[in-house]
Amino acid sequence: MTETLLDVRDIVVDYPVKGFRKPPFRALGGVSLEVGPGECVGLVGESGSGKTTLGRAVLGLAPVTSGSITYRGREISRLGHRERRALAADLQVVFQDPYTSLNPSLTIDQILTEPLIARKTDKQQAQRRVRELLDAVHLPSDAGKRLPREFSGGQRQRVAIARALALDPKLIVCDEPVSALDLSTQARVLELFKEIQARTGVAYLFVSHDLDVVRYLSHRVAVMYRGEIVEWGDANQVTVHPEHPYTQRLFLAAPVADPVKQEQRRAERHRLLALQQEQDEQMEINV
Amino acid sequence: MTSLRRRLLRNPTGIGSLVFLVVVVLSAVFAPLLAPHDPNTANAYDTLSGPSGKYWLGNDGSGHDVLSRLLFATRLSVTLTAETLVIAAVLGIVLGLLAGYYGKIFEAVGTAATSLLQALPAIVVLLAAKSVLGPSDFAAMAVFGVLIAPAFYRVVYSAVSAVRGELYVDAARVSGLSDPRIIGRHVLTVVRAPAIVLAANIAGISVAISAGLDFLGLGDPSIPSWGGMLNDGFTNIFTQPLLVLWPSLAIGLTCVAFALLGNALRDELERADGAPKRRRRVKQAATVAVAPAAVIAHDDAPEEPGTDLLVVQHLSVGYGTPDGSVKTVVEDVTLTVRRGEVHGLIGESGSGKTQTAFSILRLLPSGGRIVGGSITFEGKDLAGLSAKEMTALRGKKIAYVPQEPMSNLDPSFTVGSQLVEPMRIHLGLSKSDAKARALDLLARVGIPNPGRTYAAYPHEVSGGMAQRVLIAGAISCDPELLIADEPTTALDVTVQAEVLDLLRDLQRERRMGVLLVTHNFGVVADLCDRVSVMQSGRIVETGPVRAIFAEPRHEYTRSLFDAILPDAEARGALPGVTSSGTLGEGVTA
Repeated sequence: MTETLLDVRDIVVDYPVKGFRKPPFRALGGVSLEVGPGECVGLVGESGSGKTTLGRAVLGLAPVTSGSITYRGREISRLGHRERRALAADLQVVFQDPYTSLNPSLTIDQILTEPLIARKTDKQQAQRRVRELLDAVHLPSDAGKRLPREFSGGQRQRVAIARALALDPKLIVCDEPVSALDLSTQARVLELFKEIQARTGVAYLFVSHDLDVVRYLSHRVAVMYRGEIVEWGDANQVTVHPEHPYTQRLFLAAPVADPVKQEQRRAERHRLLALQQEQDEQMEINV
Repeated sequence: MTSLRRRLLRNPTGIGSLVFLVVVVLSAVFAPLLAPHDPNTANAYDTLSGPSGKYWLGNDGSGHDVLSRLLFATRLSVTLTAETLVIAAVLGIVLGLLAGYYGKIFEAVGTAATSLLQALPAIVVLLAAKSVLGPSDFAAMAVFGVLIAPAFYRVVYSAVSAVRGELYVDAARVSGLSDPRIIGRHVLTVVRAPAIVLAANIAGISVAISAGLDFLGLGDPSIPSWGGMLNDGFTNIFTQPLLVLWPSLAIGLTCVAFALLGNALRDELERADGAPKRRRRVKQAATVAVAPAAVIAHDDAPEEPGTDLLVVQHLSVGYGTPDGSVKTVVEDVTLTVRRGEVHGLIGESGSGKTQTAFSILRLLPSGGRIVGGSITFEGKDLAGLSAKEMTALRGKKIAYVPQEPMSNLDPSFTVGSQLVEPMRIHLGLSKSDAKARALDLLARVGIPNPGRTYAAYPHEVSGGMAQRVLIAGAISCDPELLIADEPTTALDVTVQAEVLDLLRDLQRERRMGVLLVTHNFGVVADLCDRVSVMQSGRIVETGPVRAIFAEPRHEYTRSLFDAILPDAEARGALPGVTSSGTLGEGVTA
């Protein structure tokens, strides 16, 4: 039997809308997926598709209306503050924006010891751990004394990754961790994600709008559209031979960095759009 | 925070007022040692005598030594100010933190309570409190502390609710930190500085208020106070005018010192906020010393004469720095956009590609200027045009499509009015003609219901629609040259594909020259005829798109191509994910 690390079942997230008796906004409408140990599950979709909300729901940062999220067989979607804090060792996060996810007035040392303080690790041990972490994300060991603003975006994201690794988590939710980075920096940070996974066996729930990034890193991929998962399965299957019409559109819309191939892809996309429109019209006539 | 302290000590106003206040506090603390006489011993023989060797500042109407009374009165003022501050700060900060961090019930209660307190006339309440609580200054100032607490509440509440949404607070929560810890580490640091500034100002106010109450004779007459002394001075102003001077000086200088300290703190704080931003700008501007190697130019189709639309030659753009030198962000850039071609300008953040585009539009941010080279557009050097001539050109001959569609539409006007206005100015169209043309343009850029979008406000349209509107606006005056700065970066990938299609169609249909600034090689491959690669303010490689993609020659261009993730290769299923136990070591079932 497959060991499941994280099991999300029919999760619904509603956000209240301001105003008297306004119906709430449904960010997620019954979404299910699972993440195995050491696996990277990519979550791809456009803005407003609910992919970030799903990540936040797993972390306990979004209100879960119904459905269940189980971590190693234990329900975690409605935990109290104290129990949620105990889960911090297993479940971690890397956010998109390396500029606002690090407190600008704390040194890197202080940022990295933060999760350790919460565990009441003693000072010397914490210092040792910080050096290990900086080493793990390939930052110089003297980086700890400096402030976040002295680092570039890619280096800051490395700090954020180091913070996530501090407690040896089993699962890291990565919310668009490379979208704010330059192309060459992005490639190196992705490489780091792979390397860490190979070494520690940590699992990722990797949220991104960039298909290339998701394809590069994920074992399994879920495609989200308007608060629902429209396609879910093996990365090769989903990203190379997509079946759902939306996934097909999505994948052909991303331009390839090759003028010749891009011209072909463009033509293919126009063909697909025409075909799908025709099918839609057929459906309407039949209905 | 330590740097704020250090900067404050370098600020002349800051250090001056701080030194004065320290002297005031020290003289209050050591009043019993410093005072030459007992402040309450009345000397009936020496009433209203002027300054003398024995009584340095003379005696008051009851024969008390003025200097001694002044020192003991300082004691009272300092204590009262501290009391007011502590009460106001504790109430305001605690409630502000709770309301800002937890919201909900705390927010409702806090906001209601502070609104109520602020609506009360403070002086009336104080006078009423005096008549109920008796002559004690301490009771009165405690009431005043409560009355002024909303000032702290507001400052703290707004600072905390701003920081509550920050990602690092979320990260701390995921790290397992308890709420008090998060507040202590992440929230208080933000609150500290504005609260200190406010405290300085409130201290000044409370000195004046307590002196005022005593001056009115509402204080405890047995304790020397600045206000009481001032009252005594006024009674005897015709016989001994100097008596008014000493308490006035004490009250006036202390209030001024607090006010100036508050100002100095605020100035230094704002500078502290500004500094990293400025530093980022400089950092972005800092050109890494690259040996000025020759630009690698790929073979190009021979130029037909008269096809050059925009010729940029040896363009350099610089920013003035505080020390008077100029930081160059674009250096020796040469590029040509021909009629009817799309020229891509690609580079990573900070490479100077946007600065180049802005300098062609002559829309450089303040401090930036063209320091060398020429920009020739249809035979005219744009770098030498007056601001007025440039305004006539922008929008008409040279149009611009920005990166952030939403922030480039004015939220207080309808989409239609923003489209019509440039056409009426540049093309001299009547209102109805301009409207008809605007509706045509909206239909042309693929907006399904032009009439509705025309009448809509920017917040009522989606990002993709807003970008179509801006493109419609850009082409409304039939420009020769379109400068598009990352026109699809803020859009979703499916919308991006549609906008790229639209740009391609419009460009072909109108034979516009387009300068496309982007960081995305896919966009370049899709749209561009020629491309220039920028690195650290310089163009390193230029040529036809197919030639560069087929054979990038510059080391930097090659490194960029290497960073592109392979297109077809998926990572595939995790080996062992279907078989149990291989990776699940230590996992308890």
